[in-house]
Amino acid sequence: MSDHANNSDKPLGFDELPDAPPKRKIKLSWPGKIGIAIVLFWSVIVVIGPTIAPYHEADILDEVLFIVPGSDEMYPDTDFQPPSKIVYLGSDYIGRDLLSRILYGARTTIGISVLATLLAYLIGVTAGIAAAVGSRYLDMGLSRVNDALLSIPSIMFALVLIAALDSPGLAWLIVIAGFIYAASVFRISRSLGQEVMVSDFVEAARVRGEGLWWIITREILPNIAMPLATDFGLRFVWVILFISSLSFLGLGVQPPTSDWGSMVKENLPGLVLGSYACLMPAFAIASLTISVNMIVDDISAAAGGKLATKMIS
Amino acid sequence: MSALLEVDNLRISARNDDDDLTPIVKGVSFNVARGEVVALIGESGSGKTTIALSSLGYTKPGLEFVGGEVRLEGEDVITMGADQLRGLRGQRVAYLAQSAAATFNPALTIGEQVTETCVLHGILTQKQADERAEFLYRALELPDPDLLGKRYPHQVSGGQLQRLMAATALCGKPDLLVLDEPTTALDVTTQIEVLKAFKSVIKQEGSAAIYVTHDLSVVAQIADHIVVLYAGETQEYGSAEQVVSHPGHDYTRRLMHAVRPPPAAGQGDETSEGHHRMAPALEVKDLVAGYGKVKDGKPAITVLRDVNVSIERGHSVGVIGESGCGKSTLARVMAGLLPAAQGEVLLDGEPLKPALQQRSRSELQKVQFVFQMADTALNPRQRIDHILGRPLEFYLGLKGKEKRRRVGELLEMVELPQEFAGRYPEELSGGQKQRVNLARALAASPEVLLCDEVISALDSIVGANVIELLKKLRKQTGVSFVFISHDLSTVASFADEIIVLYAGRVVEKGTTDAVLSPPYHPYTRLLISSVPELRVGWLEETMQTQEAQAGIDRVVTLTDKGCPFFDRCPRAIKDTCDQETPPVRMLSGGHAIECHLGEAEFAQ
Repeated sequence: MSDHANNSDKPLGFDELPDAPPKRKIKLSWPGKIGIAIVLFWSVIVVIGPTIAPYHEADILDEVLFIVPGSDEMYPDTDFQPPSKIVYLGSDYIGRDLLSRILYGARTTIGISVLATLLAYLIGVTAGIAAAVGSRYLDMGLSRVNDALLSIPSIMFALVLIAALDSPGLAWLIVIAGFIYAASVFRISRSLGQEVMVSDFVEAARVRGEGLWWIITREILPNIAMPLATDFGLRFVWVILFISSLSFLGLGVQPPTSDWGSMVKENLPGLVLGSYACLMPAFAIASLTISVNMIVDDISAAAGGKLATKMIS
Repeated sequence: MSALLEVDNLRISARNDDDDLTPIVKGVSFNVARGEVVALIGESGSGKTTIALSSLGYTKPGLEFVGGEVRLEGEDVITMGADQLRGLRGQRVAYLAQSAAATFNPALTIGEQVTETCVLHGILTQKQADERAEFLYRALELPDPDLLGKRYPHQVSGGQLQRLMAATALCGKPDLLVLDEPTTALDVTTQIEVLKAFKSVIKQEGSAAIYVTHDLSVVAQIADHIVVLYAGETQEYGSAEQVVSHPGHDYTRRLMHAVRPPPAAGQGDETSEGHHRMAPALEVKDLVAGYGKVKDGKPAITVLRDVNVSIERGHSVGVIGESGCGKSTLARVMAGLLPAAQGEVLLDGEPLKPALQQRSRSELQKVQFVFQMADTALNPRQRIDHILGRPLEFYLGLKGKEKRRRVGELLEMVELPQEFAGRYPEELSGGQKQRVNLARALAASPEVLLCDEVISALDSIVGANVIELLKKLRKQTGVSFVFISHDLSTVASFADEIIVLYAGRVVEKGTTDAVLSPPYHPYTRLLISSVPELRVGWLEETMQTQEAQAGIDRVVTLTDKGCPFFDRCPRAIKDTCDQETPPVRMLSGGHAIECHLGEAEFAQ
């Protein structure tokens, strides 16, 4: 024993090998960078859209505007006009400026979706973490209620709620979307929370005698923030599509307020008349949702790709 | 005859995100002749696995060959195309991974998996392969060779699975076997059986092998030649005999020192009597504990029975036993993580509440738990100063400047530089994380420190350094240690007293000297004789002994009556040992052995 101790006291010049990996950084791919640019663009539009719009969203344009100078036409068509100097993206089915409506609609569509997603997160994460750290019975109760909610198709569920509330306003729309999407947020935050809950460092905190609140806020939440951020992006996209689908059915945002989803629906008849009016808002929806997805891909790749499998559920 | 495998100035580099190359293997050369075992030895990060995998023409993702050749019978495998590699892998070169439990598919029978590779490669028909597998089961001394193939992986023990991996690799009669740390995760008693089986089967089959490990005493048993690696460079290359008996390089000597000497009397540290007080620091009385619902004082699965342990102030007590014997459960009961079904835990003579939530903050402070895996025991999202600062704030109410000063002291205590306070755990190496883990427990100024396998996951040199640190801390702080390990040499070099657990019972306890010298409990004797010694030829000698023949690698069974060691014990008395609970025989100096054998018989 003694010679062993003596010998190892002598420094022999071999230090412990550093095996620590360099810190993981989110590396943006080209699609990711484009995605961020587009999302930033739409965020700016949300703020300044109505100010830079040439017309008001509800303005039905005067026929006079469309009279070609020098012609003797008295009553020109104002609906489904092709893009021109007067209406940069053309006009819609009753002669409103599409560009203005898209600029105004950005605020409605994105605003509703962000608020609804935030609400879904507030409800879903709170309940999910409660289920993960709470007693077996609490977990069982919350999970079964959640399963019941998930088993109802979301659009059908929303239709029933909207019918019961008799054409409610925007606030109710946000509540309904938030509530419906809270179910899937619950599932993810519960499973992420459970995984962290059984880790050694949480056990170490429990042995120390830490309270539940400390464990949740200091040990669990920081460790599930990244995957939840990824999920937030995806969930946001789903909510945009959901609100748009409701508006398309005529049950979401009510006219004359513009909203991308209802704009697609309103202008659908234009397709047979050779007008691309319904495609413009569709492109807006696509550009935003695809961009968010491209950003999410980068975050998820940085987190090791393990998230993707969990998100599918 | 030229060598089977020639590795010639091999260089492998890692490419990072910025496309820079970092050399991992820096010009390593060695040869493997037919029928020869060459060991690659080094710490983690030394490139030993990377080199071993290159013989399959494979590098891990992110690594690439930048120079040198790996020739199998004169053919360079690095430049081989995918078609040629397919013929090479599994057929001419076979790879055995570290963890058999993770490698076998639980849904397929053992026979299907053992024969799969050689049937896929078309070397043998299914029938021939089945016969070959059965032959290998016999050669590897596996039980029930005729029926084994029909069983599923969960129905055999860990050591048997490890040997079945060897059968899988050998089934197609490869020229070269690559064994990657095949015994690292095993208990000593299992390890020696697996080593013996590998050695004899390699000899029988006449195949060559590359054996990757960090354990020099294992290498001494099995290798013909040894390549000592450090940071991707060869430090020493020579015959096993020469490297083990006359190490020529500093680093090899350093590795040798890290091998703890075989357990023997006289190793334990002396403890000053000054620490003694009336009541022991921590005492466990008539403990019964386990998992599942407790009914009439009995849990659904009982793990510990009638355990009595007392830890004197300032003493360190080693708890030893094979995996599944209840070592960790004992520590968890002491810490309050698992409430006991019966019996009590006393701190300073005062009974502690069984469950954690009922214990007071100062009681919690006095008993601190050090987790086995530092990787998972530190929150990856907290900086080191937060990790160490929290117990200071929580138990001692330190804040601001005072807290920062104390964090600095703690880092100094565990021999880490001050600037580590600002780092995150993932920026630290394994040994450094374990030091932080220890510092966190010490931050509470505890009376008893429960160390659960704290060095098992570390390399030998790093582990030896941590043991030295623990010894220093014990002298400095006067804290009592409960040191849990499956490695008897580690325990022997650190503890004053040893408790030997088997199937949830304390079979022997006493001072380190008393436990490690006769009289022994038959199980202690088996444990002692299974620890590999750092000399060539030890394995052959040991396998001759009665204990080794009788007791190695059986499934541990918890029995309600009689002695649980009965079916492994070479000296079991029929109709007594299997029927009656063995009496506790008190020998001199508090040395206790739970056995039916009399003192006269122990002495033999």
